[in-house]
Amino acid sequence: MSKEKPALKRIDDYRWEVPQTGGMRVRGLIYASEKLLKESGAEGVEQVINVAHLPGIVKYALAMPDMHWGYGFPIGGVAAFDLDTGVVSPGGVGYDINCGCRLMLTALTLADIENRLSQLVVDLFRDIPSGVGSTGEMRLSIEEEKKVLKKGARWAVEQGFGTAEDLEATEDGGVMDFADPERVSQKALERGREQLGTLGSGNHFLEIEVVEQIFDTSVARAFGIEEGQIAIMIHSGSRGLGYQICDDYLATLIKHMNKIGLSVPDRQLACAFIKSPEGQDYLAAMACAANFAWANRQMLMHFTKESLCRSLGISPRTLGMRLLYDVCHNIAKIERFPVGGKELPLCVHRKGATRAFPPGHPQVPNRYRSVGQPVLIPGDMGTGSYVLVGTNRAFEESFGSTCHGAGRVLSRAQATKKSKGRSIEKEMAERGILVMAAGKGTLREEMPEAYKNLDAVVEVVHQAGISQKVARLRTVGCIKG
Amino acid sequence: MKRKYRFINHIADVGIKVYGSSCNELFRNGALALYDLLVDISTVLPKEEHKITVQGEDLTDLWVNFLREALSLFHIEKVVCCNCYVAVINTGYGEAIMYGETLDLNRHRLKQEIKAVTYHQAYVKKTSTYWVGQVIFDV
Repeated sequence: MSKEKPALKRIDDYRWEVPQTGGMRVRGLIYASEKLLKESGAEGVEQVINVAHLPGIVKYALAMPDMHWGYGFPIGGVAAFDLDTGVVSPGGVGYDINCGCRLMLTALTLADIENRLSQLVVDLFRDIPSGVGSTGEMRLSIEEEKKVLKKGARWAVEQGFGTAEDLEATEDGGVMDFADPERVSQKALERGREQLGTLGSGNHFLEIEVVEQIFDTSVARAFGIEEGQIAIMIHSGSRGLGYQICDDYLATLIKHMNKIGLSVPDRQLACAFIKSPEGQDYLAAMACAANFAWANRQMLMHFTKESLCRSLGISPRTLGMRLLYDVCHNIAKIERFPVGGKELPLCVHRKGATRAFPPGHPQVPNRYRSVGQPVLIPGDMGTGSYVLVGTNRAFEESFGSTCHGAGRVLSRAQATKKSKGRSIEKEMAERGILVMAAGKGTLREEMPEAYKNLDAVVEVVHQAGISQKVARLRTVGCIKG
Repeated sequence: MKRKYRFINHIADVGIKVYGSSCNELFRNGALALYDLLVDISTVLPKEEHKITVQGEDLTDLWVNFLREALSLFHIEKVVCCNCYVAVINTGYGEAIMYGETLDLNRHRLKQEIKAVTYHQAYVKKTSTYWVGQVIFDV
């Protein structure tokens, strides 16, 4: 940890500068209101400073308003590195590689399901494997698993879990093509092979939501979002495979840094130069986990579709489920951004941050290109979600990135303590939200008070102009791991 | 040593602070603390032996890598453990035997998921009378 006390300079109501001091190679830039900044605590700011020490970092180390303490990089951290002089760091991606969200719209309204809601939640809970160490129905051979790692969501579609149209509405088309399964350890393969098609535990969830407010009617129309519409939000990642890949490469890169004499302020920031064999190996392994996560969310979507049709006794046509978009919020990508008047390829790390590309960008799917990329922001359990849209300002200022969610304010233990003697399940039900969870303590640990206010977080990115509000969704049913 | 270990709270995660009258005992107690977080350890029988060997850049790196290997038994071999014998601990190398059995969800109650062992605030040190170590888990 860096010793200097972080002194912040206010730029405007939503931007704070961390001045460049000591060994920092660039300054820091934090998006936050005064209130959110206070909630983030000093540890997050110190981590922004630590990230600014890394070789080859370009422009500034960024943090989003949902910033909170993480391993190495803060959660909500964004940093871009020059391909020739910069580094890639597993700590800048996180343990849950390609943790992300997928929002599916339906042709149903709340009135269509209101009477059946509790049965729907029970059925989804039964049909979607969730919880600690949950395993799916599929036990892949290592050979087949490697195909998943190579092909991502495309593998799932080839197996009948969805359509080619789903791939178009997935970030990167649901596959990173530089994935190399030979760079993944046996341990990681072993941890992943039983977990494809499972939600996981902790903050991962599947929610039934209703569109409650539209902020931008023309973008909402382009996205196909209407008030009163039922939608399903899935929040999951690459499961044990991703955790193991992160863990394996942290250990490898600590050795590697000792060998080449590179020192960083925190071991969790272990890194390698992007163009070194070690850096390339990590990227190729990380891409495998990213692909696994995309295949996983594609399968979860398929299971959800089947479960809803069965439970409601309707045809897929009546359900009318289609994928709005799938985004990752824990990833490193090679993308091009304007730097000093030129557009350069950079290695952008987003750890608890979401891509927010502007209208006209070639990586935005055709059907949305005139308005910009859909950005999905899940709240904490039962709060609902936002759909935002990417902006030019994000492209120019924040490496095409925005916030990813609400962000923790209470530790799991603090939340458990604070919820003593209360029934979180009952409290949620009183607010009209039906919840089922696999883990006994999950509801306490994940209770709404444990998180920052989602509306306040989204207001900051909206006012700062790094994404724009399109719609807000309210939760009516939730299954947790 | 009265106390072998205690659990510590961290912002998003959980950690352990571990004590031992020797470095070997510290490592043993660390492995026990890890499994005590994962599973109701009183329901686990020492039916199988699993040998683990680890390397490290320094003692703290070895400590983290040792706990990583111990956790791997659960994630990869689906084994839960209730005891540990530490045979060798040097700065750069360690050897231990973990005792336990194959996970059986009908008998073993899992307490919580541990995704990984992290380097954050990890340390091992010797005071004048005993050894102490700490580690934070990503859960």
